[in-house]
Amino acid sequence: MMSKQVVKFYQTGTFTVGNRLLDETLRTVQSGIARTNSLNSGHRACQGCGEALGARYAVDAAMRAANNQVIAVNATGCLEVFSTPYPESAWQLPWIHSVFGNAPAVASGVAAALKAKGKTQSKVIAQGGDGGTVDIGFGCLSGMFERNDDVLYICYDNEAYMNTGVQRSGATPPAARTMTTQAVGDAPGSRFETGKNLPRIAMAHDIPYVATATVADLHDLEAKVTKAVKMRGARYIHIFVPCPLGWGSDPAHTIRVARTAVESGLFPVFEAESGKVTDVTPIRKKMPVEDYLRLQGRFKHLFGPPKKTETLAAIQQIADDNIARYGLIEAPDSE
Amino acid sequence: MQQKPFAVTLDPNSSRQNHTGLWRSKRPVYVDRLPPCNAACPAGENIQAWLYEAEEGKYFEAWQKLMADNPFPAVHGRVCYHPCENACNRGELDEAVNIHAVERYLGDLAIEKQWTLEPGSKSGKKVLVVGGGPSGLSAAYHLTRLGHAVSLYEAGNKIGGMMRFGIPAYRLPRDILDAEVARIEAMGVALHLNHKVEDLQAELEKGSFDAAFLAIGAHIGKRTDIPGRDAGKILDAVQFLEKMESDAPPKLGRRVAVYGGGNTAIDAARTAKRLGADEAVIIYRRDREHMPAHDFEVAEALEEGIQIHWLRTITSGSDEKFQVEEMTLDEDGRPVGTGRFEAIAADTLILALGQYVDADFLRNVPGLLVSEDGVVQVDERMMTGRPGLFAGGDMVPSARTVTVATGHGKKAARHIDAYLRGKTYQPPKKHALASFDRLNPWYYTDADQSKQPYLDMARRRKSFDEVVGGLGEDTALLEARRCLSCGNCFECDNCYGVCPDNAVIKLGPGLRYAFNLDYCKGCGMCAEECPCGAIDMIRESV
Repeated sequence: MMSKQVVKFYQTGTFTVGNRLLDETLRTVQSGIARTNSLNSGHRACQGCGEALGARYAVDAAMRAANNQVIAVNATGCLEVFSTPYPESAWQLPWIHSVFGNAPAVASGVAAALKAKGKTQSKVIAQGGDGGTVDIGFGCLSGMFERNDDVLYICYDNEAYMNTGVQRSGATPPAARTMTTQAVGDAPGSRFETGKNLPRIAMAHDIPYVATATVADLHDLEAKVTKAVKMRGARYIHIFVPCPLGWGSDPAHTIRVARTAVESGLFPVFEAESGKVTDVTPIRKKMPVEDYLRLQGRFKHLFGPPKKTETLAAIQQIADDNIARYGLIEAPDSE
Repeated sequence: MQQKPFAVTLDPNSSRQNHTGLWRSKRPVYVDRLPPCNAACPAGENIQAWLYEAEEGKYFEAWQKLMADNPFPAVHGRVCYHPCENACNRGELDEAVNIHAVERYLGDLAIEKQWTLEPGSKSGKKVLVVGGGPSGLSAAYHLTRLGHAVSLYEAGNKIGGMMRFGIPAYRLPRDILDAEVARIEAMGVALHLNHKVEDLQAELEKGSFDAAFLAIGAHIGKRTDIPGRDAGKILDAVQFLEKMESDAPPKLGRRVAVYGGGNTAIDAARTAKRLGADEAVIIYRRDREHMPAHDFEVAEALEEGIQIHWLRTITSGSDEKFQVEEMTLDEDGRPVGTGRFEAIAADTLILALGQYVDADFLRNVPGLLVSEDGVVQVDERMMTGRPGLFAGGDMVPSARTVTVATGHGKKAARHIDAYLRGKTYQPPKKHALASFDRLNPWYYTDADQSKQPYLDMARRRKSFDEVVGGLGEDTALLEARRCLSCGNCFECDNCYGVCPDNAVIKLGPGLRYAFNLDYCKGCGMCAEECPCGAIDMIRESV
């Protein structure tokens, strides 16, 4: 089991960002007045950007876990573009960007340099979107995994190339409308293929740590980043970050969209060590995939007229398969 | 631009010159809403506020907040019908917060720890309170806290009114009542027992009172003729319950019938059972659904073996039995006879058909509007037609519960205070209701209601021991923490955490948050993810 603290303080539960009833040491990084705001105000992400939120959650947690000794390497993508439009930067930590496809390799180099200089306390994180991770940077990433370089790679997955205008990526889900997979023809939206499931590909490298998380569960996300930062070797965290612009969702619904992705079973939240799943976050309130899909314009075509019941059933099947594969629904008698 | 080494181009944090707040078309604002529990409380308690203190284990602070509105938490935690819990938004999730149980815990703790309160600084004004029931005592308490000297005249030989003479001891143990009354007396209220006011004007002049509050209650039982039955063998429920407080409890036969369907009927039947009646039956003209008695009291009575004959009216009787007619309900829920009759055996009949006010002594007071059944009319300040003379409790138009009466006492005290100071009391404007649809209940942990223990059935049927037990500290704490804080920020940090633009400023414990509008893009995520619905998005003016 994970080491995350479960506290039954009913009023706020274990789910809100903060909890005045909790001991200070058990509170989230994000609830603290002294959080580092590694990604600060003035960045040019869209209203309600899930990636901006996920990046601050993750990097702030990494900063606390590593006593602020963190160097970040960034792939090209929304996160890079909106945070550092020349001549501004929203970052408050050492941060480097090279090109689209080489962030894992640059990070490997930074880690090697730190080792050579004997700076063993500093930690290296690399980060990119799903395009830079599952497609364009994939060769460098696989190499980084294979060599077990001392890098924590974080992928912020918003399921398409948003920065360049919402083109399909290897992480775009079936039926989703993108600029390159329009909602027209016999099989509208992205084709019915599973795409690349990078968490499972990463696990296949038998690296020390792989985890998934979402912006809808801050406690879980922080616990995983904290754990990963304190480990050595190649580590990978895949964070689900809804994109109001590309997904056609209400900017206010970013967290809700992520929550429904988890609760429907479409995005399984788990962690794995050395290639084996060690923990899963169970679904709290099971909901049909429609509750997730209806919040997003990119799936609007599924709801007709006429309603595409077969397509919806196929997407539900993906969720049900995830639930079965990862055991996302607890047996009623278990803790 | 500064000169930088090769490839080092950007100063950390330089993005802050980019005021992204300019993109905004809507802005978030923090609001406070009226929680449904508070809105429903007849005593005007700020329930959410005292639960908030109790959640942190700050019981004394919680009790003080409770006492700001209600001097009887231990009594109300037992006898109030808790409309707050019917209104509680948590009921939509699992079960309402067991508010009365926490209130009772706080009240009992205050008695155990002998917590006290000080009277207000002296105003030099004197107020007469007539009647020592919940309304009179509540007014006396609040007036004392406002600095006025209060004398309370009670016609009976014991204080407490219907809390003592109407509510049986198995629902409200007398030591609890005595303790809460004693605390009010200790604050300086002068209690005068066996002092029946016959001539109000003379009393006011004699005591040189500057104002008066009347709260004499309604304790004249309504009667009905039963042909063939000796009127002397018919008791009324109010007298019957009142006699329970004397040294000689009334003698009943083996079979006792109670006529009526309100809470008083239930109290009378359960008391009769405890006095040893083999059979205690209630006869009521309508069905269970239309019974004015509260459902949980009906259930408790049935558990104890009380029989209830619904849809029956008594048409005639003798010394041993009654003739009852079977009734049916018409479309409007009114009972109509069916012409079918049956006999019910009973040695004693107790009438519980409602009560009048004994307001004869007021009929000659100029300016007073007294209706036929003795009910005295008051304005929105609880003032009668005569300036300086206020009234409340069961003797004015009301739902006639302890809590309503207690609320009247508070309300009247505030207006009397204003009257004495030559001002008018303006109640603070109420916030709009915090409805369930404004909440984001995802953030609240599932938690079952903490249940109070019940006395075992054998003792319930035979003794006047308290039927319902209280919560312990652990369970009371957990129960308080089930509060959702509907409509009012409880500093959960969600807005501060979920803002992608760090545009929420955390001001520190107790100070809540502020928005940094230089960077707020108006996405609305804070409002959406606020668990308790304390943020509104409003359109920016263009």
